Amino acid sequence: MPDTTLAVFERSYAELRRARRARTVLGLLLFVVLFAGSAVIGNFNPATLVEGAPKLGEYVGRTLPKVRWDHLIEDLAYWFYGLPKWLDLMVETILMAYLATLLGSAGAFMIGFFGSRNLTPATWCYHLARRVSEFFRTVPDLVFALIFVFAFGLGPLPGILAIAVHSLGANGKLFAEANENIDMAPVEGLRALGANWVQTMRFAVVPQILPNYASYVLWRFEINVRTAAVMGFVGAGGIGMELVTAVRSLYYEDISAILILIVLTVSLIDIGCEKLRHALIGREALT
Amino acid sequence: MLLLEGVSRRFGNLAAVNGVSLSVEAGSFVGVIGRSGAGKSTLLRLINRLVEPSEGRVSFHGTDVTALQGRALRQWRARSAMIFQQFNLVPRLDVLTNVLIGRLSHHATLPSLFNRFTAAERTMAVESLDRLDLTAHAFQRADTLSGGQQQRVAIARALMQDPAILLADEPIASLDPRNAACVMDSLQSINRESGLTILCNLHTLDAARQYCDRIIGMAKGKIVFDGAPAALTPAATRQIYHVPDGEDLSESITSTIRRPVRQPEIAVATA
Repeated sequence: MPDTTLAVFERSYAELRRARRARTVLGLLLFVVLFAGSAVIGNFNPATLVEGAPKLGEYVGRTLPKVRWDHLIEDLAYWFYGLPKWLDLMVETILMAYLATLLGSAGAFMIGFFGSRNLTPATWCYHLARRVSEFFRTVPDLVFALIFVFAFGLGPLPGILAIAVHSLGANGKLFAEANENIDMAPVEGLRALGANWVQTMRFAVVPQILPNYASYVLWRFEINVRTAAVMGFVGAGGIGMELVTAVRSLYYEDISAILILIVLTVSLIDIGCEKLRHALIGREALT
Repeated sequence: MLLLEGVSRRFGNLAAVNGVSLSVEAGSFVGVIGRSGAGKSTLLRLINRLVEPSEGRVSFHGTDVTALQGRALRQWRARSAMIFQQFNLVPRLDVLTNVLIGRLSHHATLPSLFNRFTAAERTMAVESLDRLDLTAHAFQRADTLSGGQQQRVAIARALMQDPAILLADEPIASLDPRNAACVMDSLQSINRESGLTILCNLHTLDAARQYCDRIIGMAKGKIVFDGAPAALTPAATRQIYHVPDGEDLSESITSTIRRPVRQPEIAVATA
């Protein structure tokens, strides 16, 4: 190799290194500025944190009742006196999440085909589908719930609708992106044999993306159970209504009891869904 | 009769197909040869309108294919069945469903979504699977089959369309020589027994010589040769494959089908 080639190589390598280092420094600078800025704006003051931290424990301590070993059953029964009602509400919460997941995913299923660049029948359909799902997932679900409570009154219905709308937006994006990763060869095959657009989606696309969709829907259900638990804060059904009442009325022991119930339920659902999802993915990987 | 009149297709500045005129007699087996990028695939897709022509006209038995829209276009696509280099089956569906899908253009949209086909169609499917020696695999998922088997499933699917012409886009380019011969044999017997017109892209000379009764050579989007296999002289071959004068063209670099018996004969033909 002639020396000049090596020299040219070395020079461009050094240049590349310099450019990379400059980018890293710039990135770090940006990070520090953003961090400092948000700390100032967000009143993130270490002193306040230190001062307030003990109160955190105090609050938790106040919500916990006295449970004595020798009167365990009686004390627990006293603590969880509302269990039958709370369990009913917990079931309502899960069913809300279930229904909302179904409705939202069905909508997302439809909108997903329009919102993927490779499948959309027309560019305007693509943009419409993307913007609609964007709007539905950027507006916080509690805001949707407030609007629906105003329209349909208190109860689970507005909660279900709010979660469904949010799920539609979130899963619409996920589904559309899964659609964009499919193998297009079957799509061409279906077009070439005279299938129309709907038939092409059904036979060339759906078989490919169904396992992905199932996994996304289960994940969305996990999220929706958590969301449904706080829908009651704005009167949109579920266990949240009971919790917010307890917080406002300073029924400290009720707060802890309900919170424990929520955490237990959500964890159980999470574990169950995760197992299901992994089973699905695992089976997929094997075939 | 399929008729192409001055058909062109431009992608940006590139003319993939440039003023091609061509007529294909019913019942013939026509091979289109040329290097990759010569415009063979685009030419075929202009016929079933998977690619829209920039200019020119394609007609079939007097019907202007280039003017078809919506349902009429889909019906034309059903009648001009296509098979592909990558087979383009639906990998996760079983073989039978992949074959039955060939009937989709005869079904109303909503009922077809439930994957219901008539008993007559199922009979038809079993017949075409049997013809291609695939009945044993009917309930297997398409992606569990070998390449050669998948291509035969694609042919069975094409037969379900009750086609007037079969467009084959490099049907053997992804197959090993034995499977390639098997697929080409299937196409030949369908052509001879049912009189189905076949227009087949091939990038290799030997397959074209062996199976086609007419060969069209394409280079840079234009037809540079059109005649019987016997008329394909070394000079014509050079032109099709852009080999400079004086340089030898080895047939082996453009060969997929190997048959020991035919080999010497082919070698003589291009020597």
